[in-house]
Amino acid sequence: MTPPVEAAVDRAFREEWGQVVATLIRWTGDWDLAEECAQDAFAQALRTWRRDGVPRRPGAWLTTAARNRAVDLLRREATGAAKLREVAGVLRTDDDDAGDEPDVPDDRLRLIFTCCHPALALEARVALTLRTLAGLGTTEIARAFLVGEQAMAKRLARAKQKIRHAGIPYRVPPAHLLPERLPAVLAVLYLLFNEGYSATAGADLVRHDLAAEAIRLARVLVRLMPDEPEAAGLLALMLLHHARRAARLDEAGDLVVLEDQDRGRWDAGLIADGVALLDGTLRRGRPGPYQVQAAIAACHATAARPEDTDWAQIAVLYARLARLVPSPVVELNRAVAVGMAHGPAAGLALVDALRETGALAGYHLLPAARADLLRRLGRTAEAAGAYREAAGLAATDAERRYLARRLAALG
Amino acid sequence: MKYVLLICGDESAAEHADDGCGGWSEKMAERGVLRGGAGLRPPGDATTLRVREGEVLLSDGPFAETKEQLGGFCLIECADLDEAIEIAAAHPAAAYGTIEIRPLLDL
Repeated sequence: MTPPVEAAVDRAFREEWGQVVATLIRWTGDWDLAEECAQDAFAQALRTWRRDGVPRRPGAWLTTAARNRAVDLLRREATGAAKLREVAGVLRTDDDDAGDEPDVPDDRLRLIFTCCHPALALEARVALTLRTLAGLGTTEIARAFLVGEQAMAKRLARAKQKIRHAGIPYRVPPAHLLPERLPAVLAVLYLLFNEGYSATAGADLVRHDLAAEAIRLARVLVRLMPDEPEAAGLLALMLLHHARRAARLDEAGDLVVLEDQDRGRWDAGLIADGVALLDGTLRRGRPGPYQVQAAIAACHATAARPEDTDWAQIAVLYARLARLVPSPVVELNRAVAVGMAHGPAAGLALVDALRETGALAGYHLLPAARADLLRRLGRTAEAAGAYREAAGLAATDAERRYLARRLAALG
Repeated sequence: MKYVLLICGDESAAEHADDGCGGWSEKMAERGVLRGGAGLRPPGDATTLRVREGEVLLSDGPFAETKEQLGGFCLIECADLDEAIEIAAAHPAAAYGTIEIRPLLDL
C-alpha cells in the first residue's frame, strides 16, 4: 500500500502539475525554468508534507513553493535580475486566489492554447501538451510514440525554442481567433486519445494511459470553457468510446467488432456520463463534428443488443456529419448505416457509387463493407472476392485474421 | 517583435510582379507596423556570391534553384506571432504565393 503522503503527492501531481507550470510560465516567461521549479516543488512536498502533514490546499502550497524556487534561481544569475523584479511584483499583487476570479483566464488555458498553436508541428504540439500540461516525463512520451528518448527531448526543446524565438503569445486567443484555434486544441486531444485507443503495438499499457490522459485534459478544457459545445462533444465522444475498451479486444488481443462485443463488459457509468454530457450540449443547438460523432457513438452505446441499434438514426447522423466535414470515409460509414437501416441493396448502391469515384482506392474497409453487403444479399461468390480484396489491402495481422474468419464463415 | 515577411512564389507569380500590394502597404504603414520592404526583380537577374579561401566566386542566378523563389520582403514590427500571421494573411501575395514569417535575431 502507498503511504498516505506519497498518495497525496501523487494525486497533487496529477491534479496540479499543469496549473503550477502554467502559472510559473506566466510569471517568468521561461518554460524550462517553470518545469524545473515545478519539479523541485513536488520533491519538496514529499519531504515537507511527511513532516508537517498535507496542506489544506496542496495546489496553492505547490505554486508558492515553485515560485519561491524561481525567485532563488533567478537571484543567482545576473540576467535574472529584471525578471526577478517582475516576479517580485507579482508576489505583491497576485494573491493565490487570483485564478478563481471569473474574468481571469485559468493559466492552464493559456498553456494549452500555446502548446497547440498551429505554428508548431502537430507532433510537437502533442509532445508539448503531454510534457508541460500533463506532466508526463520525456521517457514516457518517447515510449508512447515509439521514438527514441533523445529524439523526443530534442523535439520538446525545439518546440519550446520556437515558442520563445518566434514570439508565440502565451494567452488564450481573442474571441475572433477562437473558431480557428479551438479546433487545433481539440484535434491534439483527439489524436492523443486515438493513439491510446488504437493501441495495437508493443507499448500497449503506456498507450492506454494516453487515452485516460486525453480524457483528463478534455475534462479540464470543458470545465474551463463551458460555453464551447464542441469541447464537451469531444469529451462525450471519448467517454463513449472509452466505455467500450474492455470489450474491444479478445484474449488473443484481436479486435472484436462492435456487434460481437460482450456488452455486459461495457462501462455503464461512463456511458451514462457521456450521454448526459452530450444531451446537455446538443440542447445548445450549435452542433459540430465532435457532437455528431458522439451522438453516433451514443446510438451504439445505448443499444442493449446489436439488433436494438437505431441504424436509421445513425444513417441520418452520418449524413449530417458528411455535410459538416465531407470525407469519403464518412460516406462509407453512412453507406454501412443505410445498409443496416434500409436493407443491403440500398447500402450496396451507395458503396458502389463511392467505389466508382476511386476516392477510397487502396482502403481495405471499402471492399470489406462491400463484402458484408454482398453476403447479406446472398451473392456469395462476389462476397468472397471482396473479402479477399480487403484482406490483400489490410494493414495489420489482426485485421487480416478477422477478414479470413469472415471469408471462412461464407462456407 | 520584429519579423521579415519573405514573399515567395513559383514562375506564375511573376505575372503579379506589377500588381502592387492593393493598399496593404498603405494600411500597414498607417497602422505603424511596417518598417520597410521591397519587391524584387526575378531570380534570373540575380547574382550569387561566395568568398572561399579569399577568392570571390560568382554565379548567375539565385542561391537555390527551387520552384518557389523569393519575390519580395517586408520588415514588420508587431506584438507577437499571432499579429504577424494576421498581417501576412492580409497581404495579397498570400492568396497566390507563400509567405514565410521569420523572426529577426535580437541584437
